[in-house]
Amino acid sequence: AGDGSGAVAGDGTGPPAPERVLFPPTFSVSEIKNKQRRHFMFLRWKQQQRKEKLALKKKRRKEREALGDKAPPKAIPKTIENQRVYDETTVDPNDEEVTFDEATDEFAPYFNRQTVPKILITTSDRPRGRTVRFCEQLATVIPNSHVYYRRGLALKRIIPQCIARDFTDLIVINEDRKIPNGLVLSHLPDGPTAHFRMSSVRLRKEIKRKGKEPTEHVPEVILNNFTTRLGHSIGRMFAALFPHDPQFIGRQVATFHNQRDYIFFRFHRYIFKSEKKVGIQELGPRFTLKLRSLQKGTFDSKFGEYEWIHKRREMDTNRRKFHL
Amino acid sequence: SSQVVWSMLGNRQFCSYKMTTKTQNFCRNEYNLTGLCNRSSCPLANSQYATVREEKGRCYLYMKTIERAAFPRRLWERVLLSKNYEKALEQIDENLIYWPRFLRHKCKQRFTKITQYLIRIRKLTLKRQRKLVPLRRKIERRENRREEKALIAAQLDNAIEKELLERLKQDTYGDIYNFPIHAFDKALQQQDAESESESDAEREEDDDEDVDKREFVEAEDSELSDFEDMDKLETSSEEEQEEEEEVEKKASHSKSKGKTPLKGPARRKRPYIEIEYEEETEPTTKTKAA
Repeated sequence: AGDGSGAVAGDGTGPPAPERVLFPPTFSVSEIKNKQRRHFMFLRWKQQQRKEKLALKKKRRKEREALGDKAPPKAIPKTIENQRVYDETTVDPNDEEVTFDEATDEFAPYFNRQTVPKILITTSDRPRGRTVRFCEQLATVIPNSHVYYRRGLALKRIIPQCIARDFTDLIVINEDRKIPNGLVLSHLPDGPTAHFRMSSVRLRKEIKRKGKEPTEHVPEVILNNFTTRLGHSIGRMFAALFPHDPQFIGRQVATFHNQRDYIFFRFHRYIFKSEKKVGIQELGPRFTLKLRSLQKGTFDSKFGEYEWIHKRREMDTNRRKFHL
Repeated sequence: SSQVVWSMLGNRQFCSYKMTTKTQNFCRNEYNLTGLCNRSSCPLANSQYATVREEKGRCYLYMKTIERAAFPRRLWERVLLSKNYEKALEQIDENLIYWPRFLRHKCKQRFTKITQYLIRIRKLTLKRQRKLVPLRRKIERRENRREEKALIAAQLDNAIEKELLERLKQDTYGDIYNFPIHAFDKALQQQDAESESESDAEREEDDDEDVDKREFVEAEDSELSDFEDMDKLETSSEEEQEEEEEVEKKASHSKSKGKTPLKGPARRKRPYIEIEYEEETEPTTKTKAA
C-alpha cells in the first residue's frame, strides 16, 4: 500500500483536480483491515505530517527573518483566558462603588484591624482518618485555629456558641467515603457563608519534595485572579482567615490562585536567592476548591438568602464563561 | 385440607413464598406472622390465621377464618387497632378471644415490635437527616478534567514566584533582604525601555513583556542555549526579542520532544497538553502592604 502523500502535489491554486489514481493505487489508512498494519501505516502518516509541519514552520521562520523589520507581528495564540467572555461584574481597581462596598461589608472590621481572626475547624459526623489528619494540618497552616470534633451536633446550635466565644470564622469539612470532598466557610458574626466542592486533597506526606513542618509564624497571603465582584468577595473571605500582619521572618506564604473558577490552595516556604530569583518549597497540604454557593447570612440551608448558586445547566454550558 | 396444603407446599414441593438459607427457611408471604416457614406460621396452610400489619403508621389486625375460605376477596378481615398501646393489646385479645394461644401471643409480639419501630422513625425524622446527593458520573469526569487543565494553565509555581518578586520590588518586605542593586537595575531597564520606545511605538508592549520575559528565559532555559544564540545573532534590540522568542520556541519545541532535561526543583511539572499561554498583562492581585 502506497502512502497518500503522493496525491498532495502541492498545488492549491488551480481548481481541485479530480482524484488521480496513481500507480500503485493509494489507499486511505482507515481502509486497511489489519489492525497492526493499519497502526503502522497511521504512525508513518503521522510522522510525515509532522515533518511537513516542521518544514512549513522553518519556511515561515525564514520568510520572517528575511523580511526583518516589515514582518507582520506574531499571531497571539488563543487561550481560554484570552477568549473569556467578558463579565460585566469585573472589578475595576479604581471603582468607587466597590471600594465603598468593601468599606462597609462584613469584612470591614477585619480590614480595619478591629478583629483578630479566630477559626474553628470541624468536620461532618464521624470523620475518618484522612479527614482528621487533613484538619490537623489545616490547623497548622492557619494560625489561631482550633479543631473540634463534631459529635452529632447541629451546626445551627454550634454557631451561637461560637459567636459567644469570639470565633470569627467557621470551617466545616465535609467527608464522603473517607475522603474530604466539601468545605463550608462561614464568617461568623452573621457573615457570608461559602460552600465549596473540594478535590485533589494532598496531605503533607503525599507531597513530593516537601520541606519541614510549617512553623508558627503568620504566613503571607497571595490571592490571584479574583476579578469579578463575586471573586472579590470570596477573596476577601479567604484573606480574613489570616491575621493581618504577616511575619516575614517566617518566609511562609499561603496562596489562593483562581484559574477558570477553580481555586488552588498551596502553602510554600520561599527564599530569595537574588533579587530576581526566588525559590519556593512546598510545605503543607494542598487542595482545590470550586465554589458552589454563596449565602448571605450564616449557615442556613433552608431559609438562607443565597447570593450566588452554581446552576449547572446555565453556567456549565459555555466553556469560556467564568464567574470568579 | 390445611394438612394437605402443608404436606404439599410447605414440606415437599415448591412454595413460591419459601426462601431457604443455610440454617433456616423464611416465608415471604405478606400475611405471615413470624416470617419463618413453619407448619404453624404458614398463612396458606392454616385455615384460621391472624396477623398484624401496619400501613402509613397505623396498625391493623388481619384475620382469616375457615368460613370465608371460598371467598378470596373477603378472606382477610381487617380491624384498625387503636393508637394507645394497651388498648390495642386489649383489642387484639378480644378479637382473637377463643383463638389458639400461639396466634394471640405472636400477634401481640409483632404489634409490639411494629410500634417500637414506628416510634424510632418518628424520633429520627426530628433529628438531622443526611441528604444524599447523587453524583453524576459525566459531570464528575468533566469537572476533574477541567480542573486538571486549569491546573496546567495556572502554572502556580511561576505565578507565586512572580508575585513574590513583585512584592520584593515594591518594598513590602522592608529591610529584611539586602538587595539594593535591583533598584538600579530596574532604573536602567526602564531607561533602556524608554529609549527603545521612542523609536518604535509598537515595541513598547513587547519591551515591557521583554522585561518580564527576560527573567523567564533566564530561569527556564539552560545557560548554554542562551550563549549559543547570542553568538549567532547580533545584539540589536529587535533581534534580541526575536532571539528570545526563538529561544522560547526552541525551548517549547524541545520540551515537547522531550530532549532538554527539566531544570531545577521548581520546574517539575511537565504538561502533557501543550497549551500555549500568554500572560495576562494585568493580573489583579492583592498586595498586603504592611
